[in-house]
Amino acid sequence: MHADSTRFPENVAAARRDATLLGALDRLQRDSRAGRIETVARLPEFETLRDAAKEIRNGALANLAANLERFEENVTANGGKVHWCRDAAEACEAVARICREAGAKTVAKGKSMVSEEIDLNAALLGAGFDVVETDLGEYVLQLRDETPSHIVIPAIHLTKDQFAETFRGAHEELPEDRSLEEARAIVAEARGALRDVFLRADVGITGANFLVAETGSVVIVTNEGNGDLAQSLPGTHIAVTGIEKALGTVEEALTLVRVLARSATGQEISAYTTFATGAKRGDDAAGPANFHVVLVDNGRGDLLAGPKREILRCIRCGACQTVCPVYGAVGGHAYGAVYAGPVGSVLTPALNGLEKSKHLPEASSFCGACEAVCPVRIPLPRLLRMWREDAFQAHLGPTVRRWGLFAWSTLTAWPRAYRIAGAIGGRVLRLMAMGRGRLTRLPFAGKWTGGRDLPVPEGGTFVGQWHGKRGK
Amino acid sequence: MTDEMKSRPAVGFFATCLVDLFRPSVGFAAARLIERAGYRVEVPRAQSCCGQPSYNSGDRKAARRAARRAVAAFHRFEHVVAPSGSCAAMFVRHFPDLLADDPEWAASARTLAGRTFELVDFLTRVAGWRPETVPRQTGSITYHDSCSGLRELGIREQPRALLAAAGGPELREMEGSDICCGFGGTFCVKYPAISEAMADKKIDSIEATGADAVVGGDLGCLLHIAGRLSRRGSATGTRHVAEALDAGQD
Repeated sequence: MHADSTRFPENVAAARRDATLLGALDRLQRDSRAGRIETVARLPEFETLRDAAKEIRNGALANLAANLERFEENVTANGGKVHWCRDAAEACEAVARICREAGAKTVAKGKSMVSEEIDLNAALLGAGFDVVETDLGEYVLQLRDETPSHIVIPAIHLTKDQFAETFRGAHEELPEDRSLEEARAIVAEARGALRDVFLRADVGITGANFLVAETGSVVIVTNEGNGDLAQSLPGTHIAVTGIEKALGTVEEALTLVRVLARSATGQEISAYTTFATGAKRGDDAAGPANFHVVLVDNGRGDLLAGPKREILRCIRCGACQTVCPVYGAVGGHAYGAVYAGPVGSVLTPALNGLEKSKHLPEASSFCGACEAVCPVRIPLPRLLRMWREDAFQAHLGPTVRRWGLFAWSTLTAWPRAYRIAGAIGGRVLRLMAMGRGRLTRLPFAGKWTGGRDLPVPEGGTFVGQWHGKRGK
Repeated sequence: MTDEMKSRPAVGFFATCLVDLFRPSVGFAAARLIERAGYRVEVPRAQSCCGQPSYNSGDRKAARRAARRAVAAFHRFEHVVAPSGSCAAMFVRHFPDLLADDPEWAASARTLAGRTFELVDFLTRVAGWRPETVPRQTGSITYHDSCSGLRELGIREQPRALLAAAGGPELREMEGSDICCGFGGTFCVKYPAISEAMADKKIDSIEATGADAVVGGDLGCLLHIAGRLSRRGSATGTRHVAEALDAGQD
C-alpha cells in the first residue's frame, strides 16, 4: 500500500510543491462548481430528491440484515453465490479461491473502491493472476503504480500529458511516432490495449453501487462501459462490495441513481447503469456462467452499531471530495488513505484505527461545504467532530495543544481574570509592534506568523470599555 | 441612560472573545446598530468565550462548561445578539446538543437557542431595520460569506440587503464568496500550510474584484485574511460588516 496517513503534514508539504497537481485541483473545483449550479438548477426537485435519498438509505440500513439475507436468497435462486467476508484478508482469499476454481490466468477489473480498500490487486498478483484494471483512469494508475486520488475520478491528479507519457512507456509495441496529443487518441489506444484483456480474461471483477434485495441484482453506474464488458464477457463474474450497499427494491435503486450521477459528475444519468442479475441462463445470449458476490464487512458492522453510523449512508459519489477546500488544496493522495476528503476522514479511522489516522479528522476547517452537497445529507462535520472527541479522550493530539486548550478554557471560565489577561496581552503585543498595526513575527506563535502577519489588538477590551464608558 | 432608552426591549450582547480582545470598536459599532434598530444593549460582564475552540478540538467537557456559563449569563434576555455567525451558531445549533442530557440546563439552552441571532440576521429578520441611506461613498467592497453563518444560520442575503440599503461603497461580488477562507478556528494553526493555501485562493478572488476592502461577519476570518493580505503586501483592507454598516450613520 502507498497509503500513509501518519505522514499527513509531510504529504501536504509535498502536494503544495506540485504545480501540476495544484493546477488539476483548481480546474476540478472550478468546473465542478459551475457544473453543479447548472445541474441543480435543471432539477427543481433536487433538494426533495436528496431528502428521499437520505430516507431510502436510512431505511436500507435499518433493514440491512433482512435485505442482505433476501439478496442472498435471490442471488442463489438465480444461480449465483454470495460469499460473506469479515475483513480484507477473508475477502481477498474468497476472490482468489474463485479465480483458482475458474482456472483463471487473466482477470479484468472494473472500477471498485472496495477492492482498493482490501488491496485486492496485490493479493491476486501475489497469487499469480494477471490482473488488469480496465477503467481508463485506473488502468493508467495501475501502469504508474499509483492509487486513486478521488472516488469517481481516480486519476484526477494526472494531466493528459501524463497519460500520454505513461502509455508511451507501457505500450512499447506501438509506433513511437504516434500522436497522443488528443484525449481521443489516448482513449483509442487504451481501448485497443484493453480489448485484448476483455477477450482473454477468465474472470471479471466489478464493484457495486447498489445491491437490490428483491431481485438479487448488482447495480453498477459507469460511463466507460468497461464494467459491463468485465462482468459479461469472461466466464466468471465476481462483484466485490461492502455490506452497506444493500437496498430493498429496484425503485429505491433508481431514485438513488438520480442523485448519484448528478452529485458525482453533474450528469443527469451516467452512460451506463447496469443491473446484473445472476448467472447466464440457458437461453441468454451472453453473460457469465459463474456469478459471485463477495460481501465485505471490514468494520462496517461496528460502524452500524456505533454513533457514526450515518457515514454508512454514503453512496460514494465523491461530491464531498470535489467540493472540499482542503481536498482542493492538497489532493487525494495527501490523506494517505483509500478514501480521501471528508468521507475518507470519517471512514479511515474506522478502517485503519484512529491512532494511525489521527490527522484526518483534524484536517478540516469545518466549513460544511461537504454536508451542503452530500446527496444523502451525511452530517460530515459532526462525524469528524466525534472522531476528534475520541482522539481527545485517548490523548492522541500533541501535548502542547492540549495544554493551550486547557489554559484557554480555564482562563475563560473566570471572565474577570480573562479580561485582565487579555488587556495585558494586547498591551504587550502593541508594544512589540512598536506603533505598527501588525506583527510579522511572534515567539510561540510561528504557526500563525509563519505565513500571516498578526493584526495587533486595538487596546483594552470591549466589555471593559463598555462598562467604563456607559458607567454601569 | 434616558427613560426612552430604558423602556426599550433589551438585547443581551455577546461580544465574542475576538471582538472583546482584538477589536472593541467592532463591538461598539454593532451596539450602535442595535440601538438604532430600537433596542437597548446590555453587555453582561460574565461573558467570555462560547467554547468553540474546546468543542471543535474534541474537549466536550470543557465545551459543556462554556455552554453552561453562556446560558447562565444570557438566558434572562428576550434577544441575544453576537457579531459573529460562528459564535451565534454555537448558541443556536450546538448548545442544545451539548447540554441535551443535562437536566438542569437543557431547557434553558433550548430557549436561549431560539432567542440568539447573528447581528445582521437580527437587524433584518427580527428588528426589520433599514439603514439610513447615506450619500454614496466612494470606493468599493466585496463580501466574504463566513461558513458557519452561511451554512448553519442561513446568512447570505441579509448583509447584502443592508449594505445595499445603506448605499455605501459599491458591492462587487467575488467568485466563490461562499468558499472557506481557511481560518477554521484552531485549524489555522494546526495545518497552517493548508490554511494559507485556502487564504490565498480567497485573496485571489478578492483581488480579482478590484475592491478596496473585503467585508465579512466574522472577525476570525477577517483577522486571518488581513494577516495574509498584509504578508502578501496587499493594500486591500478588511472590515467587519458592523463597521461597514455603522460608517456614515448618524
